[in-house]
Amino acid sequence: MKQEIRICGFGGQGVITAAVILGKAAAVYDGLIACQVQSYGPEARGGAARAEVIIANEPIGYPGIHAADILVAMSQEAFNRYINDIRPGATIIIDPDMVITYEAAPYAHLVPSTRIAEELGNVVVANIVMLGAVTALTGVVSREAMLASTLASVPSKFKALNQQALEAGMTVVAGLSP
Amino acid sequence: MSTHRDRLRQAMGDKVQFVQGDDACAYGAILAGCTFFAGYPITPATEVAERMAEILPKIEGCYIQMEDEIASMGAIVGASWTGVKTMTATSGPGFSLMQENLGYAIMTETPCVIVNVQRSGPSTGQPTLGAYGDMMQARWGTHGDHEIIMLCPASVQEAMELTIVAFNLAEAYRTPVLVFIDGELGHMRERLVIPEDDEFELVERTCATSREGYRPFAAGENLVPAFAPFGAGFRTYVTGLTHNEAGLPRSASAPIHDQLVRRLADKILRNTDQIIRYEEFGAEECEIAIIAYGITARACRDVVEEGRQRGLKVGLLRLITIWPFPDEVVARWAARVQAILVPEMNLGQIVHPIREAVAGRCPVMLQSKIGGELHTPTELSEALEELRCQVC
Repeated sequence: MKQEIRICGFGGQGVITAAVILGKAAAVYDGLIACQVQSYGPEARGGAARAEVIIANEPIGYPGIHAADILVAMSQEAFNRYINDIRPGATIIIDPDMVITYEAAPYAHLVPSTRIAEELGNVVVANIVMLGAVTALTGVVSREAMLASTLASVPSKFKALNQQALEAGMTVVAGLSP
Repeated sequence: MSTHRDRLRQAMGDKVQFVQGDDACAYGAILAGCTFFAGYPITPATEVAERMAEILPKIEGCYIQMEDEIASMGAIVGASWTGVKTMTATSGPGFSLMQENLGYAIMTETPCVIVNVQRSGPSTGQPTLGAYGDMMQARWGTHGDHEIIMLCPASVQEAMELTIVAFNLAEAYRTPVLVFIDGELGHMRERLVIPEDDEFELVERTCATSREGYRPFAAGENLVPAFAPFGAGFRTYVTGLTHNEAGLPRSASAPIHDQLVRRLADKILRNTDQIIRYEEFGAEECEIAIIAYGITARACRDVVEEGRQRGLKVGLLRLITIWPFPDEVVARWAARVQAILVPEMNLGQIVHPIREAVAGRCPVMLQSKIGGELHTPTELSEALEELRCQVC
Protein backbone atom coordinates (compact mmCIF):
# COMPACT_ATOMS: atom_id res chain seq x y z
CA MET A 1 0.00 0.00 0.00
CA LYS A 2 1.29 3.42 -0.93
CA GLN A 3 -0.87 6.53 -0.99
CA GLU A 4 0.32 9.93 -2.13
CA ILE A 5 -1.72 12.82 -0.78
CA ARG A 6 -1.44 16.45 -1.85
CA ILE A 7 -3.18 19.19 0.13
CA CYS A 8 -3.06 22.63 -1.45
CA GLY A 9 -4.51 26.08 -1.07
CA PHE A 10 -3.15 29.43 -0.05
CA GLY A 11 -0.96 30.34 2.90
CA GLY A 12 -2.91 30.73 6.14
CA GLN A 13 -5.47 28.00 5.43
CA GLY A 14 -3.45 25.50 7.39
CA VAL A 15 -2.62 23.14 4.55
CA ILE A 16 0.79 22.33 6.02
CA THR A 17 -0.71 21.80 9.47
CA ALA A 18 -3.27 19.47 7.89
CA ALA A 19 -0.52 17.46 6.18
CA VAL A 20 1.47 17.22 9.41
CA ILE A 21 -1.59 16.01 11.36
CA LEU A 22 -2.35 13.45 8.63
CA GLY A 23 1.24 12.20 8.54
CA LYS A 24 1.37 12.01 12.31
CA ALA A 25 -1.91 10.05 12.42
CA ALA A 26 -0.34 7.49 10.08
CA ALA A 27 3.20 7.36 11.50
CA VAL A 28 2.57 7.74 15.22
CA TYR A 29 -0.96 6.44 15.80
CA ASP A 30 -1.57 3.90 13.00
CA GLY A 31 1.96 2.46 12.97
CA LEU A 32 2.37 3.10 9.23
CA ILE A 33 5.32 4.67 7.43
CA ALA A 34 4.78 8.31 6.51
CA CYS A 35 6.81 11.12 5.02
CA GLN A 36 5.69 14.73 4.71
CA VAL A 37 7.23 17.50 2.64
CA GLN A 38 6.02 21.00 1.98
CA SER A 39 6.54 24.07 -0.12
CA TYR A 40 5.25 27.53 0.40
CA GLY A 41 5.74 31.00 -0.96
CA PRO A 42 7.62 33.66 0.96
CA GLU A 43 4.38 35.35 2.06
CA ALA A 44 2.98 34.30 5.43
CA ARG A 45 -0.57 34.46 4.08
CA GLY A 46 -2.08 34.46 0.65
CA GLY A 47 0.77 32.84 -1.29
CA ALA A 48 0.37 29.41 -2.82
CA ALA A 49 0.87 26.65 -0.26
CA ARG A 50 1.18 22.96 -0.85
CA ALA A 51 2.00 20.05 1.39
CA GLU A 52 2.43 16.42 0.51
CA VAL A 53 2.23 13.25 2.53
CA ILE A 54 3.18 9.76 1.47
CA ILE A 55 1.68 6.97 3.55
CA ALA A 56 2.89 3.42 3.01
CA ASN A 57 3.39 0.15 4.79
CA GLU A 58 6.99 -0.21 3.69
CA PRO A 59 9.98 2.19 3.78
CA ILE A 60 9.57 5.29 1.63
CA GLY A 61 12.51 6.10 -0.61
CA TYR A 62 12.00 9.10 -2.89
CA PRO A 63 10.02 11.55 -0.76
CA GLY A 64 8.38 13.44 -3.64
CA ILE A 65 4.97 12.81 -5.18
CA HIS A 66 4.68 11.48 -8.71
CA ALA A 67 0.91 11.77 -9.05
CA ALA A 68 -1.53 12.19 -6.20
CA ASP A 69 -3.89 9.42 -5.14
CA ILE A 70 -5.73 11.98 -3.02
CA LEU A 71 -5.94 15.68 -3.89
CA VAL A 72 -7.44 18.23 -1.49
CA ALA A 73 -7.78 21.67 -3.11
CA MET A 74 -8.77 24.68 -1.01
CA SER A 75 -8.20 27.42 -3.60
CA GLN A 76 -8.94 27.87 -7.31
CA GLU A 77 -5.29 28.58 -8.09
CA ALA A 78 -4.13 25.40 -6.34
CA PHE A 79 -6.87 23.33 -8.02
CA ASN A 80 -5.89 24.62 -11.47
CA ARG A 81 -2.24 23.97 -10.83
CA TYR A 82 -2.48 20.42 -9.48
CA ILE A 83 -5.59 18.88 -11.04
CA ASN A 84 -3.54 17.28 -13.81
CA ASP A 85 -0.97 15.71 -11.48
CA ILE A 86 -3.25 12.94 -10.27
CA ARG A 87 -3.45 9.21 -10.73
CA PRO A 88 -6.43 7.77 -12.63
CA GLY A 89 -9.22 7.17 -10.15
CA ALA A 90 -7.78 9.60 -7.63
CA THR A 91 -9.98 10.91 -4.84
CA ILE A 92 -10.44 14.66 -5.30
CA ILE A 93 -11.86 16.79 -2.53
CA ILE A 94 -12.54 20.48 -3.07
CA ASP A 95 -14.11 23.33 -1.17
CA PRO A 96 -16.82 24.50 -3.61
CA ASP A 97 -16.86 27.98 -2.07
CA MET A 98 -13.16 28.41 -2.85
CA VAL A 99 -12.90 26.38 -6.07
CA ILE A 100 -15.64 27.76 -8.27
CA THR A 101 -14.67 26.22 -11.57
CA TYR A 102 -13.98 22.51 -11.41
CA GLU A 103 -15.09 21.12 -14.77
CA ALA A 104 -11.75 19.32 -14.92
CA ALA A 105 -12.93 17.11 -12.07
CA PRO A 106 -16.69 16.59 -12.35
CA TYR A 107 -16.49 13.65 -9.93
CA ALA A 108 -14.82 15.69 -7.18
CA HIS A 109 -16.23 15.44 -3.68
CA LEU A 110 -17.55 18.82 -2.60
CA VAL A 111 -16.76 19.64 1.01
CA PRO A 112 -17.64 23.24 1.98
CA SER A 113 -14.98 23.19 4.67
CA THR A 114 -14.66 26.96 5.04
CA ARG A 115 -18.40 27.42 5.47
CA ILE A 116 -18.64 24.50 7.92
CA ALA A 117 -15.73 25.91 9.93
CA GLU A 118 -17.41 29.34 10.02
CA GLU A 119 -20.61 27.73 11.26
CA LEU A 120 -18.63 26.00 13.99
CA GLY A 121 -17.39 29.44 15.00
CA ASN A 122 -13.83 29.60 13.67
CA VAL A 123 -12.67 29.54 10.08
CA VAL A 124 -9.23 28.26 11.08
CA VAL A 125 -10.56 24.71 11.44
CA ALA A 126 -11.47 24.43 7.72
CA ASN A 127 -8.34 22.32 7.26
CA ILE A 128 -9.50 19.93 9.99
CA VAL A 129 -12.92 19.59 8.31
CA MET A 130 -11.01 18.51 5.19
CA LEU A 131 -9.05 15.94 7.21
CA GLY A 132 -12.33 14.49 8.46
CA ALA A 133 -13.50 14.18 4.85
CA VAL A 134 -10.22 12.55 3.75
CA THR A 135 -10.42 10.03 6.58
CA ALA A 136 -14.03 9.06 5.94
CA LEU A 137 -13.72 8.91 2.14
CA THR A 138 -10.41 7.10 1.79
CA GLY A 139 -9.64 5.29 5.03
CA VAL A 140 -5.97 6.14 4.44
CA VAL A 141 -5.71 6.46 8.22
CA SER A 142 -8.12 5.21 10.87
CA ARG A 143 -10.68 7.55 12.45
CA GLU A 144 -9.15 6.87 15.87
CA ALA A 145 -5.64 7.77 14.69
CA MET A 146 -6.88 10.94 13.00
CA LEU A 147 -8.71 12.07 16.13
CA ALA A 148 -5.72 11.30 18.38
CA SER A 149 -3.33 13.09 16.07
CA THR A 150 -5.58 16.14 15.77
CA LEU A 151 -6.08 16.44 19.53
CA ALA A 152 -2.33 16.05 20.11
CA SER A 153 -1.56 18.81 17.63
CA VAL A 154 -3.83 21.65 18.76
CA PRO A 155 -3.83 23.87 21.89
CA SER A 156 -5.98 22.40 24.66
CA LYS A 157 -8.62 25.16 24.62
CA PHE A 158 -9.33 24.37 20.95
CA LYS A 159 -9.54 20.58 21.30
CA ALA A 160 -13.35 20.49 21.38
CA LEU A 161 -13.66 22.77 18.36
CA ASN A 162 -11.19 20.68 16.37
CA GLN A 163 -12.95 17.46 17.28
CA GLN A 164 -16.27 18.97 16.08
CA ALA A 165 -14.59 20.06 12.84
CA LEU A 166 -13.16 16.60 12.24
CA GLU A 167 -16.50 14.94 12.90
CA ALA A 168 -18.28 17.47 10.68
CA GLY A 169 -15.93 16.60 7.83
CA MET A 170 -16.54 12.90 8.32
CA THR A 171 -20.29 13.40 8.42
CA VAL A 172 -20.63 15.70 5.42
CA VAL A 173 -19.14 13.14 3.06
CA ALA A 174 -21.45 10.47 4.39
CA GLY A 175 -24.20 12.61 2.84
CA LEU A 176 -25.56 13.70 6.18
CA SER A 177 -26.11 17.25 7.23
CA PRO A 178 -23.40 18.18 9.78
CA MET B 1 13.36 12.35 42.25
CA SER B 2 13.85 12.67 38.53
CA THR B 3 17.34 12.25 37.16
CA HIS B 4 18.98 14.50 34.59
CA ARG B 5 18.29 11.87 31.88
CA ASP B 6 14.59 11.79 32.88
CA ARG B 7 14.32 15.55 32.59
CA LEU B 8 16.09 15.46 29.25
CA ARG B 9 13.55 12.95 27.91
CA GLN B 10 10.69 14.96 29.33
CA ALA B 11 12.02 18.05 27.56
CA MET B 12 12.11 16.21 24.23
CA GLY B 13 8.53 14.96 24.58
CA ASP B 14 6.94 11.75 23.32
CA LYS B 15 9.07 8.73 22.50
CA VAL B 16 7.50 8.43 19.04
CA GLN B 17 7.13 11.67 17.12
CA PHE B 18 6.49 12.94 13.60
CA VAL B 19 9.19 15.57 13.20
CA GLN B 20 11.64 17.24 10.83
CA GLY B 21 15.25 16.32 10.08
CA ASP B 22 16.33 19.52 11.84
CA ASP B 23 14.47 18.48 15.00
CA ALA B 24 16.14 15.08 14.83
CA CYS B 25 19.62 16.65 14.82
CA ALA B 26 18.71 18.61 17.95
CA TYR B 27 17.35 15.49 19.68
CA GLY B 28 20.49 13.54 18.77
CA ALA B 29 22.61 16.27 20.34
CA ILE B 30 20.51 16.27 23.53
CA LEU B 31 20.71 12.46 23.79
CA ALA B 32 24.48 12.62 23.26
CA GLY B 33 24.77 14.93 26.26
CA CYS B 34 25.19 18.27 24.48
CA THR B 35 24.53 21.07 26.97
CA PHE B 36 25.79 24.08 25.03
CA PHE B 37 24.53 25.45 21.72
CA ALA B 38 25.59 28.73 20.15
CA GLY B 39 24.20 29.72 16.80
CA TYR B 40 22.79 32.27 14.43
CA PRO B 41 19.46 31.22 12.88
CA ILE B 42 19.43 30.66 9.14
CA THR B 43 16.97 28.94 6.81
CA PRO B 44 16.79 25.93 6.47
CA ALA B 45 18.67 25.19 9.73
CA THR B 46 16.66 27.41 12.09
CA GLU B 47 14.60 24.56 13.59
CA VAL B 48 17.77 22.99 15.01
CA ALA B 49 18.36 26.20 16.98
CA GLU B 50 14.65 26.42 17.92
CA ARG B 51 14.62 22.94 19.44
CA MET B 52 17.89 23.56 21.30
CA ALA B 53 16.55 26.88 22.62
CA GLU B 54 13.44 25.08 23.92
CA ILE B 55 15.19 22.12 25.48
CA LEU B 56 18.52 23.38 26.86
CA PRO B 57 17.09 25.77 29.49
CA LYS B 58 14.99 22.88 30.86
CA ILE B 59 18.05 20.70 31.45
CA GLU B 60 20.36 23.37 32.90
CA GLY B 61 22.06 23.68 29.54
CA CYS B 62 22.96 26.90 27.77
CA TYR B 63 21.63 28.28 24.48
CA ILE B 64 23.19 31.46 23.15
CA GLN B 65 22.10 33.29 20.05
CA MET B 66 25.29 34.87 18.76
CA GLU B 67 25.81 37.94 16.59
CA ASP B 68 26.98 35.82 13.65
CA GLU B 69 28.41 32.45 12.67
CA ILE B 70 32.04 33.43 13.29
CA ALA B 71 31.14 34.05 16.91
CA SER B 72 28.95 30.93 17.06
CA MET B 73 31.85 28.73 16.09
CA GLY B 74 34.13 30.57 18.52
CA ALA B 75 31.62 30.08 21.33
CA ILE B 76 31.28 26.32 20.86
CA VAL B 77 35.08 25.95 20.83
CA GLY B 78 35.45 27.98 24.02
CA ALA B 79 32.59 26.21 25.78
CA SER B 80 33.99 22.81 24.84
CA TRP B 81 37.16 23.75 26.73
CA THR B 82 35.09 23.93 29.92
CA GLY B 83 34.50 20.21 29.43
CA VAL B 84 30.96 20.20 28.00
CA LYS B 85 29.67 18.88 24.68
CA THR B 86 28.86 21.67 22.25
CA MET B 87 27.13 22.15 18.90
CA THR B 88 26.17 24.78 16.36
CA ALA B 89 23.95 24.54 13.28
CA THR B 90 23.96 26.58 10.12
CA SER B 91 23.58 26.58 6.35
CA GLY B 92 25.97 27.45 3.51
CA PRO B 93 26.49 31.18 4.10
CA GLY B 94 27.07 30.57 7.81
CA PHE B 95 29.31 27.58 7.18
CA SER B 96 31.52 29.85 5.06
CA LEU B 97 31.90 32.18 8.04
CA MET B 98 32.79 29.28 10.33
CA GLN B 99 35.81 28.14 8.35
CA GLU B 100 38.42 30.11 10.31
CA ASN B 101 37.33 28.83 13.71
CA LEU B 102 36.75 25.34 12.31
CA GLY B 103 40.48 25.24 11.62
CA TYR B 104 41.11 26.58 15.11
CA ALA B 105 39.04 23.68 16.55
CA ILE B 106 41.08 21.19 14.53
CA MET B 107 44.40 22.71 15.59
CA THR B 108 43.44 23.00 19.26
CA GLU B 109 41.87 19.49 19.25
CA THR B 110 38.51 20.74 20.47
CA PRO B 111 35.58 18.31 20.34
CA CYS B 112 32.44 19.92 18.86
CA VAL B 113 29.70 19.20 16.32
CA ILE B 114 28.58 21.39 13.42
CA VAL B 115 25.31 20.67 11.61
CA ASN B 116 25.06 22.11 8.10
CA VAL B 117 21.58 22.02 6.59
CA GLN B 118 22.73 22.76 3.06
CA ARG B 119 21.06 25.12 0.60
CA SER B 120 22.25 26.29 -2.79
CA GLY B 121 25.02 28.78 -3.22
CA PRO B 122 27.16 30.52 -4.10
CA SER B 123 26.36 33.28 -1.62
CA THR B 124 22.79 33.40 -0.27
CA GLY B 125 21.53 31.31 -3.22
CA GLN B 126 18.25 29.48 -2.61
CA PRO B 127 17.48 29.69 1.11
CA THR B 128 14.44 27.40 1.24
CA LEU B 129 15.63 24.61 -1.02
CA GLY B 130 18.01 21.71 -0.57
CA ALA B 131 21.43 21.21 -2.15
CA TYR B 132 24.71 19.43 -1.52
CA GLY B 133 27.06 22.16 -2.64
CA ASP B 134 29.22 22.33 0.49
CA MET B 135 30.67 18.82 0.33
CA MET B 136 34.13 19.95 -0.78
CA GLN B 137 34.08 23.08 1.34
CA ALA B 138 33.67 20.74 4.30
CA ARG B 139 36.86 18.99 3.26
CA TRP B 140 39.06 21.92 2.35
CA GLY B 141 37.20 25.07 3.41
CA THR B 142 39.53 25.85 6.25
CA HIS B 143 43.14 26.45 5.35
CA GLY B 144 46.10 24.20 5.94
CA ASP B 145 46.67 20.46 5.99
CA HIS B 146 44.01 18.67 7.97
CA GLU B 147 41.53 15.82 8.12
CA ILE B 148 37.85 16.25 8.91
CA ILE B 149 35.04 13.85 9.83
CA MET B 150 31.68 14.28 8.07
CA LEU B 151 28.51 12.20 8.25
CA CYS B 152 25.57 12.36 5.81
CA PRO B 153 22.21 10.96 7.00
CA ALA B 154 19.39 10.07 4.59
CA SER B 155 16.35 10.01 6.89
CA VAL B 156 14.94 11.78 9.94
CA GLN B 157 15.72 8.82 12.21
CA GLU B 158 19.25 8.59 10.86
CA ALA B 159 19.78 12.33 11.36
CA MET B 160 19.25 11.76 15.08
CA GLU B 161 21.36 8.60 15.21
CA LEU B 162 24.28 10.09 13.30
CA THR B 163 24.27 13.25 15.39
CA ILE B 164 24.87 11.00 18.42
CA VAL B 165 27.66 9.25 16.48
CA ALA B 166 29.12 12.65 15.55
CA PHE B 167 29.42 13.58 19.22
CA ASN B 168 31.04 10.22 19.98
CA LEU B 169 33.61 10.68 17.22
CA ALA B 170 34.28 14.28 18.29
CA GLU B 171 34.91 13.13 21.85
CA ALA B 172 36.98 10.08 20.87
CA TYR B 173 39.31 11.93 18.51
CA ARG B 174 39.11 15.44 20.00
CA THR B 175 38.13 17.02 16.72
CA PRO B 176 35.20 18.90 15.17
CA VAL B 177 32.71 16.60 13.41
CA LEU B 178 30.30 17.69 10.69
CA VAL B 179 26.72 16.43 10.19
CA PHE B 180 25.55 17.39 6.71
CA ILE B 181 21.92 17.27 5.64
CA ASP B 182 20.04 19.57 3.24
CA GLY B 183 16.99 21.81 3.22
CA GLU B 184 14.74 19.04 1.97
CA LEU B 185 15.68 16.51 4.67
CA GLY B 186 15.91 19.29 7.26
CA HIS B 187 12.26 20.21 6.69
CA MET B 188 10.92 16.73 5.88
CA ARG B 189 8.86 15.01 8.56
CA GLU B 190 9.05 11.30 9.32
CA ARG B 191 8.52 9.07 12.31
CA LEU B 192 11.25 9.47 14.90
CA VAL B 193 11.63 6.96 17.70
CA ILE B 194 13.72 8.29 20.57
CA PRO B 195 15.87 5.39 21.76
CA GLU B 196 16.34 4.33 25.38
CA ASP B 197 19.73 5.04 26.94
CA ASP B 198 20.77 1.39 26.73
CA GLU B 199 20.10 1.34 22.99
CA PHE B 200 23.02 3.54 21.98
CA GLU B 201 26.61 4.08 22.95
CA LEU B 202 28.01 7.29 24.39
CA VAL B 203 31.69 8.18 24.26
CA GLU B 204 33.28 10.78 26.56
CA ARG B 205 36.63 12.48 25.99
CA THR B 206 39.48 11.01 28.02
CA CYS B 207 40.36 13.45 30.76
CA ALA B 208 43.75 13.99 32.34
CA THR B 209 44.03 12.45 35.79
CA SER B 210 47.30 13.74 37.20
CA ARG B 211 48.58 17.29 37.25
CA GLU B 212 52.08 15.97 37.81
CA GLY B 213 54.04 16.46 34.59
CA TYR B 214 50.83 17.06 32.58
CA ARG B 215 51.51 18.13 29.02
CA PRO B 216 48.22 19.15 27.36
CA PHE B 217 49.16 18.13 23.82
CA ALA B 218 51.22 15.02 24.50
CA ALA B 219 49.50 12.00 22.98
CA GLY B 220 50.01 8.33 23.66
CA GLU B 221 49.68 5.49 21.24
CA ASN B 222 46.14 6.45 20.17
CA LEU B 223 47.45 9.90 19.14
CA VAL B 224 44.73 11.71 21.15
CA PRO B 225 45.98 13.78 24.13
CA ALA B 226 44.16 13.57 27.46
CA PHE B 227 41.91 16.58 28.00
CA ALA B 228 42.02 18.96 30.96
CA PRO B 229 39.03 21.31 31.10
CA PHE B 230 39.48 24.95 32.06
CA GLY B 231 39.01 25.36 35.78
CA ALA B 232 40.13 21.86 36.72
CA GLY B 233 43.47 23.16 37.98
CA PHE B 234 45.65 22.07 35.09
CA ARG B 235 47.99 24.48 33.36
CA THR B 236 46.89 24.55 29.73
CA TYR B 237 47.79 26.96 26.98
CA VAL B 238 45.56 26.81 23.91
CA THR B 239 46.74 28.32 20.64
CA GLY B 240 46.11 28.04 16.94
CA LEU B 241 49.83 28.51 16.35
CA THR B 242 52.01 25.47 15.87
CA HIS B 243 52.65 24.33 19.43
CA ASN B 244 54.72 21.82 21.34
CA GLU B 245 53.35 19.16 23.68
CA ALA B 246 53.16 21.74 26.46
CA GLY B 247 50.89 23.80 24.21
CA LEU B 248 53.44 26.61 23.85
CA PRO B 249 53.86 28.32 20.45
CA ARG B 250 56.81 26.98 18.46
CA SER B 251 55.76 28.33 15.12
CA ALA B 252 59.21 28.48 13.55
CA SER B 253 60.06 24.84 14.18
CA ALA B 254 59.78 22.55 11.17
CA PRO B 255 60.00 19.28 13.15
CA ILE B 256 57.41 20.36 15.72
CA HIS B 257 55.01 21.50 13.00
CA ASP B 258 55.58 18.32 11.00
CA GLN B 259 55.03 16.11 14.03
CA LEU B 260 51.92 18.00 15.21
CA VAL B 261 50.11 18.28 11.89
CA ARG B 262 50.86 14.68 10.92
CA ARG B 263 49.56 13.51 14.30
CA LEU B 264 46.34 15.52 13.86
CA ALA B 265 45.82 13.83 10.48
CA ASP B 266 46.91 10.37 11.62
CA LYS B 267 44.59 10.22 14.62
CA ILE B 268 41.77 10.18 12.07
CA LEU B 269 43.43 8.30 9.19
CA ARG B 270 44.57 5.41 11.42
CA ASN B 271 41.04 4.94 12.71
CA THR B 272 39.09 4.91 9.47
CA ASP B 273 37.72 1.45 10.32
CA GLN B 274 36.03 3.04 13.36
CA ILE B 275 34.85 6.13 11.49
CA ILE B 276 33.77 4.97 8.04
CA ARG B 277 30.15 3.89 7.65
CA TYR B 278 28.34 2.90 4.51
CA GLU B 279 25.43 0.77 3.33
CA GLU B 280 25.47 -1.68 0.42
CA PHE B 281 22.45 -2.84 -1.50
CA GLY B 282 22.54 -5.32 -4.35
CA ALA B 283 26.32 -5.65 -4.11
CA GLU B 284 26.22 -9.23 -5.36
CA GLU B 285 26.05 -9.77 -9.12
CA CYS B 286 26.13 -6.07 -9.83
CA GLU B 287 27.11 -4.70 -13.23
CA ILE B 288 26.12 -1.06 -12.81
CA ALA B 289 26.47 0.62 -9.44
CA ILE B 290 25.11 3.86 -8.09
CA ILE B 291 27.21 5.61 -5.47
CA ALA B 292 25.13 8.18 -3.61
CA TYR B 293 24.77 9.91 -0.26
CA GLY B 294 22.30 12.05 1.68
CA ILE B 295 18.70 12.41 0.55
CA THR B 296 19.55 11.48 -3.06
CA ALA B 297 20.32 7.93 -1.95
CA ARG B 298 16.63 7.36 -1.11
CA ALA B 299 15.43 7.53 -4.72
CA CYS B 300 18.51 5.49 -5.76
CA ARG B 301 17.40 2.73 -3.42
CA ASP B 302 13.93 2.73 -5.07
CA VAL B 303 15.47 2.49 -8.53
CA VAL B 304 17.89 -0.29 -7.62
CA GLU B 305 15.18 -2.28 -5.90
CA GLU B 306 12.82 -1.89 -8.84
CA GLY B 307 15.63 -2.65 -11.34
CA ARG B 308 16.65 -5.85 -9.57
CA GLN B 309 13.04 -7.00 -9.57
CA ARG B 310 13.17 -6.65 -13.35
CA GLY B 311 16.38 -8.70 -13.43
CA LEU B 312 18.80 -5.81 -13.95
CA LYS B 313 22.16 -6.23 -12.25
CA VAL B 314 22.23 -2.91 -10.45
CA GLY B 315 23.40 -2.01 -6.96
CA LEU B 316 23.77 0.90 -4.57
CA LEU B 317 26.67 1.94 -2.38
CA ARG B 318 25.35 4.57 0.03
CA LEU B 319 28.14 6.56 1.60
CA ILE B 320 27.35 7.64 5.17
CA THR B 321 30.81 8.83 6.16
CA ILE B 322 32.02 11.13 3.41
CA TRP B 323 35.21 12.34 5.13
CA PRO B 324 37.56 10.61 5.68
CA PHE B 325 36.71 9.29 2.23
CA PRO B 326 36.07 5.53 2.01
CA ASP B 327 38.55 4.91 -0.85
CA GLU B 328 38.89 1.20 -0.17
CA VAL B 329 35.15 0.55 -0.22
CA VAL B 330 34.75 2.43 -3.50
CA ALA B 331 37.78 0.65 -4.99
CA ARG B 332 36.29 -2.72 -4.00
CA TRP B 333 33.05 -1.88 -5.86
CA ALA B 334 34.96 -0.51 -8.85
CA ALA B 335 36.86 -3.76 -9.17
CA ARG B 336 33.72 -5.79 -9.83
CA VAL B 337 31.26 -3.52 -11.63
CA GLN B 338 31.32 -2.26 -15.21
CA ALA B 339 30.24 1.31 -14.59
CA ILE B 340 29.34 3.67 -11.76
CA LEU B 341 26.65 6.38 -11.71
CA VAL B 342 27.13 9.25 -9.26
CA PRO B 343 24.02 11.42 -8.81
CA GLU B 344 24.78 14.61 -6.91
CA MET B 345 22.77 17.72 -5.99
CA ASN B 346 25.71 19.88 -7.10
CA LEU B 347 27.78 20.25 -10.26
CA GLY B 348 30.11 17.40 -9.26
CA GLN B 349 31.95 17.24 -5.94
CA ILE B 350 32.13 13.75 -4.42
CA VAL B 351 32.49 12.35 -7.93
CA HIS B 352 36.14 13.51 -7.73
CA PRO B 353 37.31 11.36 -4.78
CA ILE B 354 35.19 8.56 -6.29
CA ARG B 355 37.08 8.82 -9.58
CA GLU B 356 40.36 8.89 -7.67
CA ALA B 357 39.42 5.72 -5.80
CA VAL B 358 38.07 4.02 -8.94
CA ALA B 359 41.41 4.83 -10.63
CA GLY B 360 40.18 4.07 -14.13
CA ARG B 361 38.89 0.55 -13.33
CA CYS B 362 35.51 1.47 -14.85
CA PRO B 363 33.71 4.51 -16.28
CA VAL B 364 32.18 6.91 -13.74
CA MET B 365 29.23 9.04 -14.88
CA LEU B 366 28.15 12.13 -12.97
CA GLN B 367 24.45 13.01 -12.89
CA SER B 368 24.24 16.57 -11.63
CA LYS B 369 21.04 18.27 -10.57
CA ILE B 370 20.88 21.76 -9.08
CA GLY B 371 18.09 24.24 -8.47
CA GLY B 372 16.51 22.66 -5.43
CA GLU B 373 14.73 19.59 -6.80
CA LEU B 374 15.66 16.03 -5.97
CA HIS B 375 16.68 13.44 -8.56
CA THR B 376 13.48 11.56 -9.41
CA PRO B 377 13.45 7.77 -9.74
CA THR B 378 12.63 8.21 -13.46
CA GLU B 379 15.66 10.40 -14.08
CA LEU B 380 17.89 7.95 -12.24
CA SER B 381 16.50 4.96 -14.16
CA GLU B 382 17.12 6.75 -17.46
CA ALA B 383 20.71 7.56 -16.50
CA LEU B 384 21.30 3.95 -15.44
CA GLU B 385 19.89 2.74 -18.76
CA GLU B 386 22.08 5.14 -20.70
CA LEU B 387 25.14 3.92 -18.82
CA ARG B 388 24.14 0.29 -19.37
CA CYS B 389 23.86 0.83 -23.12
CA GLN B 390 27.34 2.33 -23.14
CA VAL B 391 29.15 -0.46 -21.33
CA CYS B 392 27.11 -3.69 -21.42
